[in-house]
Amino acid sequence: MTNLISREESWGYNQAIANYIYNAAAHGLYEIRGLGAKRRVPHFDDLVFLGASLSRYPLEGYREKCSTKTVLGTRYAKKPIELAIPITIAGMSFGSLSANVKEALGRAATAMGTSTTTGDGGMTPEERRASKILVYQCLPSRYGFNPDDLRSADAIEIVIGQGAKPGGGGLLLGLKINARVAQMRTLPEGIDQRSACRHPDWTGSDDLTIKVQELREITDWEKPIYIKVGASRPKHDVKLAVQAGADVVVVDGMQGGTAATQAVFIEHVGIPTLPALRQAVEALEEMDMKGKVQLIISGGIRTGADVAKALAMGADAVSIGQGVLYALGCNRHDYFQDGAYHSVIADYEALGTAPGYCHHCHTGKCPVGITTQDPILEQRLSPDKGAEHVKNYLQTLTMELTTIARACGKQDVHHLEREDLAALTIEAAAMAKVPLAGTDWIPGVN
Amino acid sequence: MESVTFDLANTTVRQINSFLHDRDKLRHVSLVKILNPNGAHNLACGIDSPIAVEIHGHAGYYVAGMNQQARVTVFGNAGTGTAENMMSGLVHIKGYASGNAGASAHGGTLIIDGSAGLRCGISLKGADIIVGGSVGSFSAFMAQAGRILICGDAGDALGDSLYEAVIYIKGEIKSLGADAQIEPMQESDYQAVAELLSKAGWDHDPQAFKRVASAKQLYHWNANASKEY
Amino acid sequence: MCGIVGLLIKKPELQPHLGEWLVPMLEGMAERGPDSAGLALFRKPSANGQIKKYSLFDPTGQVRWQELLEHLKNRQYAETAVSASLTSQANHAILHTNLEPPILKPWLAEHYPAVYVLSVGRAIELYKDVGSPRAIAQKYQFHKLAGSHAVGHTRMATESAVTPAHAHPFTAGEDFCLVHNGSLSNPHSLRRKLEKQGIHFDTDNDTEAACRFLEWRLREGDDLATALAKGAKEFDGFYTFLMGTGDQLALVRDAFACKPAVVAETEDYVAIASEFRSLAHLPHINDAHIFEPAPEELHIWKA
Repeated sequence: MTNLISREESWGYNQAIANYIYNAAAHGLYEIRGLGAKRRVPHFDDLVFLGASLSRYPLEGYREKCSTKTVLGTRYAKKPIELAIPITIAGMSFGSLSANVKEALGRAATAMGTSTTTGDGGMTPEERRASKILVYQCLPSRYGFNPDDLRSADAIEIVIGQGAKPGGGGLLLGLKINARVAQMRTLPEGIDQRSACRHPDWTGSDDLTIKVQELREITDWEKPIYIKVGASRPKHDVKLAVQAGADVVVVDGMQGGTAATQAVFIEHVGIPTLPALRQAVEALEEMDMKGKVQLIISGGIRTGADVAKALAMGADAVSIGQGVLYALGCNRHDYFQDGAYHSVIADYEALGTAPGYCHHCHTGKCPVGITTQDPILEQRLSPDKGAEHVKNYLQTLTMELTTIARACGKQDVHHLEREDLAALTIEAAAMAKVPLAGTDWIPGVN
Repeated sequence: MESVTFDLANTTVRQINSFLHDRDKLRHVSLVKILNPNGAHNLACGIDSPIAVEIHGHAGYYVAGMNQQARVTVFGNAGTGTAENMMSGLVHIKGYASGNAGASAHGGTLIIDGSAGLRCGISLKGADIIVGGSVGSFSAFMAQAGRILICGDAGDALGDSLYEAVIYIKGEIKSLGADAQIEPMQESDYQAVAELLSKAGWDHDPQAFKRVASAKQLYHWNANASKEY
Repeated sequence: MCGIVGLLIKKPELQPHLGEWLVPMLEGMAERGPDSAGLALFRKPSANGQIKKYSLFDPTGQVRWQELLEHLKNRQYAETAVSASLTSQANHAILHTNLEPPILKPWLAEHYPAVYVLSVGRAIELYKDVGSPRAIAQKYQFHKLAGSHAVGHTRMATESAVTPAHAHPFTAGEDFCLVHNGSLSNPHSLRRKLEKQGIHFDTDNDTEAACRFLEWRLREGDDLATALAKGAKEFDGFYTFLMGTGDQLALVRDAFACKPAVVAETEDYVAIASEFRSLAHLPHINDAHIFEPAPEELHIWKA
């Protein structure tokens, strides 16, 4: 008779850890991958809305309007950003993504009246043409950063860090550094790019204050300046960003994606979006800057419910990265081209993965043509189809958002408030400072 | 063609930069003089015209930041980030330049008569930086393209994580950075040194210069260089 | 993040100008540090070696300084004859007395618990408060101050709260103060280690951790240069430190030197600031020798 005890799995040394150790033993180098934190952390799913009832009345679905208009950058800029919806597309580089993708994202954003953002590699002409509202990132690497693109942008986003790797610089592996990417980034073709983690000409919020002024001077004070941080100490960082002169603060939680980062960084550095958002809002309220400096939250925003909860907790807008890539077909088992769907399961297998499990953005061999520079693979993502899909996705999110807002009796999605929420777990209650459903209890508060 | 003078004792940096960004106003101007800078920041940044600018005194941070086409001369010292991200044109500092001089500059020429602080030429992307004195530690850190010429000495970690930029140095190097190495000078290097020296108008013997460039061991991820990661 | 300033007047006849030259230096650093400001001033000690100066600060604004003085003079004490006098400005006072800290501090803590003792020493006088540098300079009439050297600071809070206690300069022992521009990354470990050595902390501020480390080393007999060299091995993070002792100013930057420091020296003075614009108004600045210290290079000037 088999001894069943000999089949007992270890929680600490499970298959995933065993594979990690085998891999480390074989290569002597850390694993690099794409996407954001995969492990479950307390998130918006752990919150629910308190819809209208006898004590609170709902709005009708069609006839009674629910406004989604969002204005960003009112503090100093002559030309604040006016968005039709409080959902923007996050910074992702041309280089990590193909030119077709950047164009698709721009067209979708334009169709929905919102903005898209450049990434660690600079602005492409396709992107500028396709995007009615384009936010231009200023990163530690300064790849491709130049005053002409700066002046052509609608807003500027100074990136201190991102949720996937607060404290780390960008990474792009050689396969994706083709001639065009190399030329834009002033790098030799085919090398493995390592970006700096600190800006080259300032360190600390005191010097950042002067840098913000420089960018304003160069652009004649016209454009809003965003400051983006990866979530680790958002309370301090948001206050310092405000002190440094930000018009808008962007906070990216640990679920935020990347195209290539050390796995250990993605999973073990940074805090989840839920507490990061709460702390960011507290920071603004303590400084009496709520409404004067706007807050954008990102990192694992996937559904209309996520958007609604983020707004209820005090964000002015959300930014989406991974979600729109999924809308383009990330992790699909097929792609659409020439009027038909084509299976790519074999391509996933060649990468050592399968649809639904892939995080191989860093290889540049994206089976569905998104995170690639390969001329054949990138054709699998048509800008037309891609734009249509992302637009549909954003539209769905917006409809879900307004459905929830109306159900809570709001004529404007920005009237959602934290008192409209309840928590399903103690951790979420503590992190979001929202009462546990059915009680008045907020751990740590009462 | 006329010359226009601004005095920061009774004008703001915003007013001056606004003028310098106005191509219509600059059409009939050959020279803009700025008096009493007293360490003010962001002077003459974001210019995109072939105008001459003279700053009489010491400039603060980011003087001539993101310069295009202009010829900016500082008759004094300059603060952090002199000519950062310059695209073209000429910036000439008669005194010394503080840290991060020429950071991420893509084109044009930065001449520093005196010494430069730490991180001179950090993240350089194609410009020429010519330094009459010495440079501080971590100079040419992650310099991707362009040339840096140093008549004096260099501090620690010169050329750490260098890409394709090349450093020519006459004086002592306190230490080289990761992946930086001294290479033999070729004829093309001597010519480059002569060209850079003549841009600055200085008289040094090109034969006295050494070449520092990337060993290119960090161009691809490899386990043997793990301590550099 | 912050701005730091320092000024040492070389010629005794120019010492009356110390405050007047210092105020624009401090105001020049207001953008770097809008939340709070502080100033430590060093004057030649009085001839009577028994008299110490205590800088007192009352954040409540309720304490009547003359009453405190009378109360002190009248308290019951068997042994020493008490000598005490006091000058005050707004919610700040300088108490001159022969009472030693082990006696005076507990007395103050018992009778006037709201009052902070900002500094103790024979030469040092210290001011700090929340508010803009200009407002603070105005409130305490900094422009009237005279002395041989001074260390000043303007603060933009990073990780600890904006309160008067958290403002710089921090003091340690007697006639020693420290201002810091930068951010230490291991302050909590340092604090735990120093608390075991019997060092008491007032705040969770990272600068205080550095200051108390130096206090410990100076107490153990190191001179300032040795203490700083040991500190360089223990402190992690980014820093420019400016220190004042009874007769010296000292300046050092960490090995990465990302935080700025500019020095201007003439026959008349040595001036230090985070940015040159704080030095631009000083007399004969155009003839000054202006330089920036290299990483880990300690500069000391004697008053």
